[in-house]
Amino acid sequence: MNTITPPEYLPEPAHATRRFRSEKFDFWSFCFSGLTGLATLFIVGILAVILLNILYNGWGGFSWHFVSTIPKKDFFDIKTTGVLPMIVGTAFRVIVMTIFVIPVGVITAIYLTEYAPNSSIITRIIRAAVNNLAGVPSIVFGLFGLGFFINFVGKNLDKLLLNTDAVWGQPALIWASLTLAVMTLPVVIVATEESLKAIPPGLREASLALGATKLETILRIVLPQALPGIMTGGILAVSRAAGEVAPILFTGVAYYMASLPSHLSDQFMDLGYHVFVLSTQSPNIEQTRSLLYATVMTLLLLTFALNLVAILIRARVRKKLRALG
Amino acid sequence: MGIHRGYQARPVEWVAEKFIFAVSLSAILMVLLIFLFVAREALPVFFGGTNTALIQPVIPTAEMDKHSPAELRRYLELTPGEFQKMDKETLKALMDVKIEALNEVPEQFRTDADAHINTTDWRYLVLPHQWTGYDKPEYIWQPVGQIKKFNIIPLFVGTLKVTMIGLLFAVPLAVGAAIYVSQLARPRVRELAKPVIEMLSGIPSVVTGFFALIVMASVLQGIFHYDTRLNAFVAGIALGIAVIPVIFSIAEDALTSVPRTYTQAALALGASRWQTAWQIVLPAALPGVFAATVLGFGRAIGETMIVLMVCSASVMSWSIFDSARSITTTIAAEMAEAVNGGPHYRILFMLGALLFAATFVSNMVGEVVIYRFKQKLEGKK
Repeated sequence: MNTITPPEYLPEPAHATRRFRSEKFDFWSFCFSGLTGLATLFIVGILAVILLNILYNGWGGFSWHFVSTIPKKDFFDIKTTGVLPMIVGTAFRVIVMTIFVIPVGVITAIYLTEYAPNSSIITRIIRAAVNNLAGVPSIVFGLFGLGFFINFVGKNLDKLLLNTDAVWGQPALIWASLTLAVMTLPVVIVATEESLKAIPPGLREASLALGATKLETILRIVLPQALPGIMTGGILAVSRAAGEVAPILFTGVAYYMASLPSHLSDQFMDLGYHVFVLSTQSPNIEQTRSLLYATVMTLLLLTFALNLVAILIRARVRKKLRALG
Repeated sequence: MGIHRGYQARPVEWVAEKFIFAVSLSAILMVLLIFLFVAREALPVFFGGTNTALIQPVIPTAEMDKHSPAELRRYLELTPGEFQKMDKETLKALMDVKIEALNEVPEQFRTDADAHINTTDWRYLVLPHQWTGYDKPEYIWQPVGQIKKFNIIPLFVGTLKVTMIGLLFAVPLAVGAAIYVSQLARPRVRELAKPVIEMLSGIPSVVTGFFALIVMASVLQGIFHYDTRLNAFVAGIALGIAVIPVIFSIAEDALTSVPRTYTQAALALGASRWQTAWQIVLPAALPGVFAATVLGFGRAIGETMIVLMVCSASVMSWSIFDSARSITTTIAAEMAEAVNGGPHYRILFMLGALLFAATFVSNMVGEVVIYRFKQKLEGKK
């Protein structure tokens, strides 16, 4: 450490050599760092409490039997109940959603990063629409699914196919999935765009310089590189959709189904909705507590495992992005 | 000869590009469709197309021709499309059914003044009304029963109450954490804290609602000793937990995007770390923090499951320790029992449309503020 020795004729102040500004104890600095640090700690604490509480209480009721049993009509009975139809229903609707949302989301992201003129009005409108879609309340998506998919598309489809009974014009798995696809579209677009931007422009230029067309460059060079990002987007969309209940309330979820859903026009049981039913309509909340916790834990394990994978891939993509500057 | 351009040169490329462009318009299409179809179901309310009066002047079936088609349509509560498709015989049958229904009104309502009014009129939707049996004008949301009361003010109050509690809880915590993580924390702490807080957004809202219902409600009651276990306060705090990650990540992003030179200049002039953070970085990033709050508001106002699980009674009260019913909750809880196409159904869709408009505006404000903020930091490109 370089210190300037004061001239002989000045009296040396106590500890003068060690008193750099940043090292001196500053009351306000201490308070400020402490408060903001506490806020951070508090948030992390909330997360930890929620997770530990659910894991601690849910572990007891969780078993292979629990996740592989189709419950009888009275699913409040701890001994015979299970969550298999809910897991299957949730998985089914999420898979159908993915089939719709990934292509549309990825193509939109490709347009925005590769083709769109940056300052044009239409690009800005698309971006504004994507941002807006991300902010629409989930219950409004539910209303939209009911008003558009069921009451408009479904009913007209029934008329076209000359169905006398309502087959498509009623709550069904496909409508729930499509509603969720609209809802998670921004998630896929944003994640894909991020990963497309992380690809060095040099790669594209090299490909074009070698005579490849723009489309070939995108299909053979850009997309394979962007795959982790696209996967992140897909996983995030899936984990968001798996936990959402509000959009499927009127578009396809059922309180109880005796069999597993097998057709796109079937209704289905759902893990998130089941949590809602168990916690608000239980005849005896103390008795069904372990059942409730086990169901919540199943849902949480499902969404969290997905989220964790997405966050890890995303961290890698971001690091790459930062390295590019 | 000459050089071919556009689709003549590379037809496949040209088609692919147009296709990609067309697909990318789907986001715009979806926003438009949402607006269109939610509004479509709600439109009759705006134009007085719904009538809930129990006792209406009866039009005898024989006098059908004396009335205009528009009048008949409104009398029978049909949509224009439905009305067009019906022939005279069906209409006659419907008129008979209507008369029968009007005759079936219980005796006690014959003298009730409330039975004569259309409760979906704007007057009764937003202004207090002195219903039979009450001693003063009141705001009441009570969509079941013979006389359906659709006053939406209690729902607005409930929504605002819960949202404000949520924001008052979430904004200081989230912004404080954002300052700490982006400005003060050591790199290693930062690398760890950021994804952990972002993980909070991975918790489904139904799980947060469950946690608030089973655990938090009892703990908070133990601390504050209020009477009702499930109230707007618990719902608000739970809502706050749900919006913390939203506000945190936007605020953190805004704080990080303040140029390094600002911080370095301040430090070089002898400011301490917290002085730099508080007096230089935070003011510079203030628009971003404001936008984070606005977007958090949009998220909180639209959150459904948490409030639905924690409290649901619609009481007209500003007290935070009373129950509250938000707009989203009302839609979620009552849509299943509302008759498809009936007044209740229409009003729920109208509430949805209002909610959509509110979040649309708050999103737009947030986006514009962030856009300007980034432009300013980049030196007005």
